[in-house]
Amino acid sequence: MKYLDEYRDPALARRLLEELRRTATRPWQIMEVCGGQTHTLVRQGIDELLPAGMRMVHGPGCPVCVTPLETLDRAMAIAARPGVTLASFGDMLRVPGSDTDLLSLRARGADVRVVYSPMEAVRLAVLHPDREVVFLAVGFETTAPANAMAVLHASRLGLRNFSVLVSHVLVPPAMTALLDDPDCEVEAFLAAGHVCAVMGCSAYEPIATRYRVPIVVTGFEPLDLLEGILMTVRQLEAGRAEVENQYARAVRRDGNIAARSIVEHVFRVTDRTWRGIGPLPESGLGLRPEFADYDAALRHKVEDLHPAEDPQCLAGSILTGAALPVDCPAYGTRCTPRHPLGAPMVSAEGTCAAFHAAGRTRSPL
Amino acid sequence: MSSCPNPHEEHERVLLGHGAGGRLTAELLESLLLPAVGGFPAGPPEGPLEDAAPLPGRPELVMSTDGFVVHPLFFPGGDIGSLAVHGTVNDLAVMGARPLALSVALVIEEGLPLSELRSVAGSLGKAAREAEVPVVTGDTKVVGRGAADKIFITTTGIGTRIPGLAPSAARARPGDAVLLSGPIGLHGTAVLSTREGLGFEADIASDSRPLHRLVEALAPVGARLHTLRDPTRGGLAATLNEIARDSGVAVEIDESALPVPGPVAAACDLLGLDPLHVANEGCMVAFVAPSAAEAALAAMRSRAEGTGAVRIGEATAGPAGRVLLRTLVGARRVVDMPVGEQLPRIC
Repeated sequence: MKYLDEYRDPALARRLLEELRRTATRPWQIMEVCGGQTHTLVRQGIDELLPAGMRMVHGPGCPVCVTPLETLDRAMAIAARPGVTLASFGDMLRVPGSDTDLLSLRARGADVRVVYSPMEAVRLAVLHPDREVVFLAVGFETTAPANAMAVLHASRLGLRNFSVLVSHVLVPPAMTALLDDPDCEVEAFLAAGHVCAVMGCSAYEPIATRYRVPIVVTGFEPLDLLEGILMTVRQLEAGRAEVENQYARAVRRDGNIAARSIVEHVFRVTDRTWRGIGPLPESGLGLRPEFADYDAALRHKVEDLHPAEDPQCLAGSILTGAALPVDCPAYGTRCTPRHPLGAPMVSAEGTCAAFHAAGRTRSPL
Repeated sequence: MSSCPNPHEEHERVLLGHGAGGRLTAELLESLLLPAVGGFPAGPPEGPLEDAAPLPGRPELVMSTDGFVVHPLFFPGGDIGSLAVHGTVNDLAVMGARPLALSVALVIEEGLPLSELRSVAGSLGKAAREAEVPVVTGDTKVVGRGAADKIFITTTGIGTRIPGLAPSAARARPGDAVLLSGPIGLHGTAVLSTREGLGFEADIASDSRPLHRLVEALAPVGARLHTLRDPTRGGLAATLNEIARDSGVAVEIDESALPVPGPVAAACDLLGLDPLHVANEGCMVAFVAPSAAEAALAAMRSRAEGTGAVRIGEATAGPAGRVLLRTLVGARRVVDMPVGEQLPRIC
C-alpha cells in the first residue's frame, strides 16, 4: 500500500503548503468541482491551512446531490409498486425525496437493494425473472460507462425485466453555466480526476481559453489536492489560463477511448435539470432511442409527480459555491445527516455532509 | 453538534441503521428501549452504558449479553460461532473481568444444511475451549424459512473482576494516554468484502479474537487503568465519542498514529467508508493515567493480541464529549459519531 502512503506524506504536505504560501500574493478563489475532492479538503482541513484570504469554493460535483427531486420521487413511486425491485448505490438510498427516502420505503416493505455495480442489478434481473428490476442510474461521466455496459449486457441477454432510470449529468456544461453567471467569483478550477480519466481533458481546453480560467485536472489524495492548488495558483500568478494535468498517473488527454465509445453507443447528450441549480442545456446523458425498451421512465410511467423542496434548504447556493453550509440557518439544527433537508447533507460526496462529518460549525474549533 | 434524541413518531419504522451502533442506535436506546426496560424502581438505568454490568449486590460479578446476526456466516478470519464467543468474552474483559461461563441461544432457520450448523457449532466450541470458558447452558429454536437469516446466536456471559481493575467508560480523565491494541477496520471490511464479493478477501481477515488475556496482562496497572473498550459496531469513532461523553472529557487523536492496514485503507477509499467507523472484533482502546502509559503499552505488547499496540492520542479537559483528530497535514477536525449504516458511495 505504498501507493496510498506516497500521497499522504505529512512532511511533503507541509512543504507544499509552504511553497503555496510563498507563491500566492493575492487571495485567489478556486473551485474544486468534485464532491470527492471537497471531502478530502474538509476531512484533512486543507482548506483551513491555505494562505490568508485564499478560498476553496465547493462545487456541484456530487452526483447524488444534483439528482433532481423529480427523479427521486419517480424512483420511489416505482419502487413502491408490487413486483418491482429497485437497485442503486448505497448513498442514493438515504436522499430525501418530497415525502420519504428509499431506505424508509424499504422498511415499509418495498424491495430496495444496495448494489456495488450496475452489473449486479442485471444479475438480479437474471436471477428473478418474475420481478421487474429497475436500476437508478445516476452520476457524472465517471459512472456512465458501467451503466452503459449494463444496458448493453441486458440487451444482449434479451432481458425483458430490466430497465434503468437514467439521470446522468456532465461536468463541462455545469462549469460554463457557473462561469456565465455574472456573480461568479471563481478564478480557477480543480477538475475532477476520475471524470477526466474517462472523458479526457480536451473538453476543458475551450473553457480555459474562452473564460481565461486556469483548470488543473486533480486527483483525490491530500497531496494531489495540495499540488493541484499550487499548480493553479502558479498559473493565476503568472496570468496563464491553461489546462494542466496534476493527475497524470490516471488521466490521458483523450481519456479512456473504449469507455467513451460504449457511452456514446448507449447514451446521447440531452438537456438535464440539476437539483438545486435548475435546467442546463445539453448537460446530461439519456438513453438513445434504440435502447428505449430499457428506459424505466417509459416502462413504469408515473403520473402526478409534485416534487417540493424544503423551502429552507440552500442546496442550490451550496452547490454553486455561492454559500457555505454554515451559512444555512438549518445547518446542524433542522438539517443533519439524521434528518437531512437536502441532498448535500446526505451523500458521502455532499458539501454539507462533509462539513458536518468534520464537525464544522459557525465558530472555528 | 450533538442534539437531543428526536422522539420517535409512531408511524416511523425500525431502519437497518438503528442497529449499526451509531447515533441512530443511541437514539433508539435512549428514547425507546431503556425507558421501557430500565428501572428498579421505575426509570431508565443510571450511569454510563457499558459493555457489561455488575450484578446488583455482587459488584465482583459482571454479566453481558450479545446477539450475533452476521452475514455471511463464514468470513476470512472467523465465523459466526467463534465471533459469538469472542464478542461476549470481550464485553466482559473490557469491564476488567475474567469470563466464568457462557450461555448460548441458537435461532436456526429451517433448511440450514446440517453441515453448516456443525461447522458453526464446532467453531463456537473450539473458541470457548481456547478462551477457557465453559458453555454451561443454552437453548435451540428452529423458525420457518425466511423468519431468520440462516442462524442467529445470542451468547450471555458471566465473569469475575480481576482484583484491582475497575475500568469504566465514565472514568477517563484529562491527561490520560489513549492506547490502541492493534490495527482497525479489519473485521468490518473483511465481512463486507466477503458478503459483496469485492475481492479484498485475499488481503483482509477479521481480527476476531478473545481479549481477556490482554486485559489480564494489564492487571499490574491497577486503578490507573481508567477505561477499556472494544470498538465493535460504529468503530473507533463511536467508541471514543461514547467514552468522551460518559467521562465528560475531550479526546484528541493523531491520524498519523492510527494503525490502518493498507488493504483496509484501500477498501474504505473505494467504498467511501471511514476506517474510524468500521467495526472491529479484536482490538481494544485503553485510557490510562499518564504515569502508567508506558507500562500499559509494554504490557499490551507482551501479548500476541497486542504486539501492534500504539499510543494514538490523549484525553483533554474539554469541551466535554468532543473527539478531535489531528490530520496528516496538521489541521484538526471533529470525529463525529456515525449516524447509521455505512453506505457505499456512488463513485
